[in-house]
Amino acid sequence: MSAPKTKQLLLDPVFKNNPIGLQVLGICSALAVTTQMNTALVMSIAVILVTACSSAAVSLIRHRIPGSIRIIVQMVVIASLVIVVDQILKAFFFDVAKRLSVFVGLIITNCIVMGRAEGFAMKNDPKASFIDGIGNGLGYSFVLIAVAFVRELTGSGKLFGITVLQLDRENGWYNPNGLMLLAPSAFFLIGALIWIIRTFRPEQIEEA
Amino acid sequence: MQRDSMANTFVVAFVLCGICSLFVSAAAVGLKPYQDKNKALDVQKNIIAAAGIAGDQPLTAKRVEELFKSIDQKLIDLETGDYVEEGKAKVSVKTYDPRKAAKDPNLNAPTKGSAFDIGIGAREKYAFAYLVKDDKGELAQVVLPIYGKGLWSTMYGFLALEKDLKTVKGITFYEHGETPGLGGEIENPRWKSSWSGKKVYDGDVNDTNIAFGVKKGSPEGDEKQYLVDGLSGATITSRGVDQLLKYWVSDSGFGKFLKKLSASQGGSNVGA
Repeated sequence: MSAPKTKQLLLDPVFKNNPIGLQVLGICSALAVTTQMNTALVMSIAVILVTACSSAAVSLIRHRIPGSIRIIVQMVVIASLVIVVDQILKAFFFDVAKRLSVFVGLIITNCIVMGRAEGFAMKNDPKASFIDGIGNGLGYSFVLIAVAFVRELTGSGKLFGITVLQLDRENGWYNPNGLMLLAPSAFFLIGALIWIIRTFRPEQIEEA
Repeated sequence: MQRDSMANTFVVAFVLCGICSLFVSAAAVGLKPYQDKNKALDVQKNIIAAAGIAGDQPLTAKRVEELFKSIDQKLIDLETGDYVEEGKAKVSVKTYDPRKAAKDPNLNAPTKGSAFDIGIGAREKYAFAYLVKDDKGELAQVVLPIYGKGLWSTMYGFLALEKDLKTVKGITFYEHGETPGLGGEIENPRWKSSWSGKKVYDGDVNDTNIAFGVKKGSPEGDEKQYLVDGLSGATITSRGVDQLLKYWVSDSGFGKFLKKLSASQGGSNVGA
């Protein structure tokens, strides 16, 4: 196998092989944290960091990990990193940490992180794994932020907490769509996004 | 040593656990001061929110500090309702931690014997009360810390009373583990705002007829002065809120303090 190129590693997961779009991983947190751009952005950064660092760490010790406990080893690495990220958020971004609450902890169970550690980092060198982690984190972030953009704008008329569309209950003209603040709307939006991506990239369509 | 041998498996597992735990504990210990500061700030923000004095500006750390200049933090001996002066009690006002005290046999008192049940065996003997002053330095409202058991968790919050000491100004809950969407709705701004203006007592502060609380179903007619509609799907949480509110304004809680404070205000509002 030839060594994959950096650019490929970084950008492929965003459109071509998006972890949410194509592999449909990490949906749980994508539903939960996308009511606001703020939380989605912080969550994205946290996932990028954790995926990149855990992939690099797992790759670094990949020749020493015994096959029988490799999944547990990966879990321990990921869990430690997530706890550290959670602690940092609580120390420096308290408000956001409070709103993200359990979902930061649940990065541990985000299939994307584990999937990259097992699927890529175990077979590639640390540098490539690190970049692959960032790439997949970016792919996740792309979907998260796109969904959050639509949800926050149509659900509460705001972006990053700043009013963009004046709400009718505050003497504006925009009547917010309450459904957009509820989890099911994220399903519709992710579904629509997958549809759009696959319209432009028909090769992603699975055989029925 | 073979990579897949039993010995190597153990070595890898132990070394990895060791490194990871060091890493995690370093982060936890190193960041603790920042986290504590944030928590303290969060509590202060909630006091301000309960009192409703935040205004439109965002609550930055600086603004909180500024607003807190008009708030007097007093330690109250719940037994007598008197202020605790620095140096005169077993505890230091500056470093006193009510949550720790509630668990310390020397600093807590049983909650049994009260007509109301907060679901916790003992509460602290001393508690903070926050006296909010207006521009002229006169008492504008009192913010009291309140807590009690809901369905899953202890709910911590603040109750703000108007200066007549018998009208609710606001309520907030800042820490709880109730079911999101059901009991967790105690944090819902709309539900919280339904408390403001409710009368605590039917009568006056010296009359211990505590009338406010949560009602299952919509309050009707006269009840509207005192009662708030319970949260649907959260019967036990609602009951917990009802009991803890009543407990903390009763003589088992801040009742004695409120009476003394009312008297020191000239008792001008009695029977009003």
